[in-house]
Amino acid sequence: MLSPAFLSELRRLLPPHCVLNEREDLLPFETDGLAAYRNTPDVVALPENESQVAAILRLCHKNKVAVVARGAGTGLSAGALPVDGAVLLVLAKLNQIKAIDPLARTATVQPGVRNLAISEAAAPHNLYYAPDPSSQIACSIGGNVAENSGGVHCLKYGLTVHNILKLRALTIDGQLLEIGNESLDAPGYDLLALLNGSEGMLAVITEVTVKLLPRPERAQVVLAAFDDVAKAGAAVGNIIAAGVIPAGLEMMDRLAIQAAEAFVHAGYPLDCEALLLCEVDGVNEEVSADIYTVREVLAASGAIEVRTAESEEQRLRFWAGRKAAFPAVGRLSPDYYCMDGTIPRGQLPHVLKRISEMSEDFGLAVANVFHAGDGNLHPLILFDANQAGELHKAESFGGKILELCVEVGGTITGEHGVGLEKINQMCTQFTTPELTRFHEVKAAFDPGKLLNPGKAVPELHRCAEWGAMHIHGGQLPHPELPRF
Amino acid sequence: MLEPLIGRIRAAHGDGTPLIIQGGGSKTFYGNPDEGEVLATRALTGVVDYQPKELVLTARAGTPLAEVEALLTEQGQMLAFEPPHFAGKATLGGSIAAGLSGPRRPYAGAARDFVLGVRMIDGTGQPLRFGGQVIKNVAGYDVSRLMVGALGTLGLLTEVSLKVLPKPAAETTLQFELDETAALLKMNQWAGQPLPLSATSWHAGLMTVRLSGAASAVQAAQAKLGGEALKDATAFWQRLRDQATPFFDKQPLWRLAVKPTTPPLNLGDAQWIEWGGAVRWLARDLPTTVLREAAKTAGGHATLFRGDAPPDGAFTPLAPALSTLHRNLKQRFDPRGIFNRARLYPDF
Repeated sequence: MLSPAFLSELRRLLPPHCVLNEREDLLPFETDGLAAYRNTPDVVALPENESQVAAILRLCHKNKVAVVARGAGTGLSAGALPVDGAVLLVLAKLNQIKAIDPLARTATVQPGVRNLAISEAAAPHNLYYAPDPSSQIACSIGGNVAENSGGVHCLKYGLTVHNILKLRALTIDGQLLEIGNESLDAPGYDLLALLNGSEGMLAVITEVTVKLLPRPERAQVVLAAFDDVAKAGAAVGNIIAAGVIPAGLEMMDRLAIQAAEAFVHAGYPLDCEALLLCEVDGVNEEVSADIYTVREVLAASGAIEVRTAESEEQRLRFWAGRKAAFPAVGRLSPDYYCMDGTIPRGQLPHVLKRISEMSEDFGLAVANVFHAGDGNLHPLILFDANQAGELHKAESFGGKILELCVEVGGTITGEHGVGLEKINQMCTQFTTPELTRFHEVKAAFDPGKLLNPGKAVPELHRCAEWGAMHIHGGQLPHPELPRF
Repeated sequence: MLEPLIGRIRAAHGDGTPLIIQGGGSKTFYGNPDEGEVLATRALTGVVDYQPKELVLTARAGTPLAEVEALLTEQGQMLAFEPPHFAGKATLGGSIAAGLSGPRRPYAGAARDFVLGVRMIDGTGQPLRFGGQVIKNVAGYDVSRLMVGALGTLGLLTEVSLKVLPKPAAETTLQFELDETAALLKMNQWAGQPLPLSATSWHAGLMTVRLSGAASAVQAAQAKLGGEALKDATAFWQRLRDQATPFFDKQPLWRLAVKPTTPPLNLGDAQWIEWGGAVRWLARDLPTTVLREAAKTAGGHATLFRGDAPPDGAFTPLAPALSTLHRNLKQRFDPRGIFNRARLYPDF
């Protein structure tokens, strides 16, 4: 609990409407996009400018009060879950687009600006901001940086870290850091890379300068159906081996296809085990050449059906099913739990087979949606939270999937972040000395551990306890050896 | 293979002996002078894993860059950041530690953009692994990218995993006679259009532009842009990448990284522009303060690339808050300050 003295000091720093601590005002902030995790915040601060953010941080630092920074709250790993006794620092009101420089192809925006709003503001100049997480209509750029968000176009256009030029950020003691600059690199250590994906643990972002790209002249998508998931997986590697880097390369399994088709009627073939959507974009001639190659490769890889979208309307319809896959699966089951592991693509058939075996063991169905181009799996575990024990079962199943990803040389999170959700699996992926280095990176910025405590990197005693409970997780064979 | 290195680093950590990490020795000119015993990485050679279909290559740090690139070429792939080889001896580890990228950088990304994971030994002799062999990975802080450009001051890289890309099917290089102002405008305007640009340069009244992609796309862009096709284009870009033209022999050689749209700096004719206007090389002895100020005004920073480093060091000094963070990080990865002392900044 925060002391009344602290709260009254906090109120002095901000206009009255910018501090919330009535229960009904706090409830909307009790969870982020991972709604299974809830905790009502003690107080919510909604600063309107950078100097208010700095003042809040200085106050918290002085009083040793923890701070959880939050943007739009669309995160999927409970990274913005309120912590007891902490200030929930919501940056949504810092929502100004400060400048767009069309010739230099940059946009400078406050952290609360929505991802899609940047592309909309750049559109008159025929420019756009490339990373497009599925939540782009709602998620904010500050959160994108904190999570190093991805999306369906990562293989070609990179993650957030590849598309940010400069940050203004505040340390816990309210000092301003200007990281990066208007050129293409900066002297010293790459702190820009370090802050991307740091999950609000190192500093609070107050301004972001992003790179804008020219809008591709043309984008076209090919849909291919397969009677075997392994063949579809092999086709992905074959497309890349043929020298094509698709703008998007997505895969869905039978359950996901059926659910999406029933929901949005995208016209997907239903008599198949896997569907690939392969989009290429760029210069007109390049797209023509790539579409030709992709079609040839898909046919040679054993696709039972290959369709090319002949119009923009058809392209959007092909995508509609994939984009609606999560809510579509949501119609099949009262609840679903979305996982986010990444694997070397070659391991796909093995991993899908194991997931399907585990699905039988746990008695919970799984629909697989997959950013196939970059190896990022999103298995959706179907469960019913109203049935006693099912949430716990789904979480255990999810944890097993993540451990499997690490076992085959992958990672527990491709784009959703660790947050609180995957904190135990960090113990599987990293050794004690590595986790220790992470804590030391944190200490270099925030020695008092006040920023987002308990998230992203597990305390070592937590790993010890968890290892004791999960013998398989704690005793991966030869964790020190490279895994491919 | 790592044991002798771990042993030496532990011993150095014990008695505070400074060590100079050295691969091929192709970049000894870069950064501030350092002192210590040479810790050679040349024994750490070999490609550990290369899966063209995964677009991922993992190799030990001392592997010559030329060997890595030859292997990629066999599969029609490349390191898209086009790292300089300089005198031909560059290693993979040195390229990543120095974080230098070549002509393709503004259009394809920098060395740091392609690093997926590293294995390293920190200043206490502890082997560590960060990142991995997959393209998307947000578990833990991005320590792998932190190593890129750290000039070995945070640890010895022993193995690096990189994302690789297919080589473009076709490339054409065009030249245009243009003054500096007009060339800077064109480079920036074209970069904002859907054109298959892959490198730009301007020197002595001549703008050179490389196009890469499907043959039909390159031809269409060539028809649109005009200019004269350059015959010996591969050699031109290779010489620029490796600074193997007489322009780059002159010392001091300054590298000013600036906002790409920065108008002419008017700091003399001994200038070569790269990266769509974002890098201005100056082969001229000017006061450090003048150059640092010019770069700062232009939104960037100035580096003494070749020549005798000024008293405040080869790299632009950091603001106090950033400098503190640098020393904090150094302290935690290399508590006794044994690795490449002063190479990056004189105070650590």
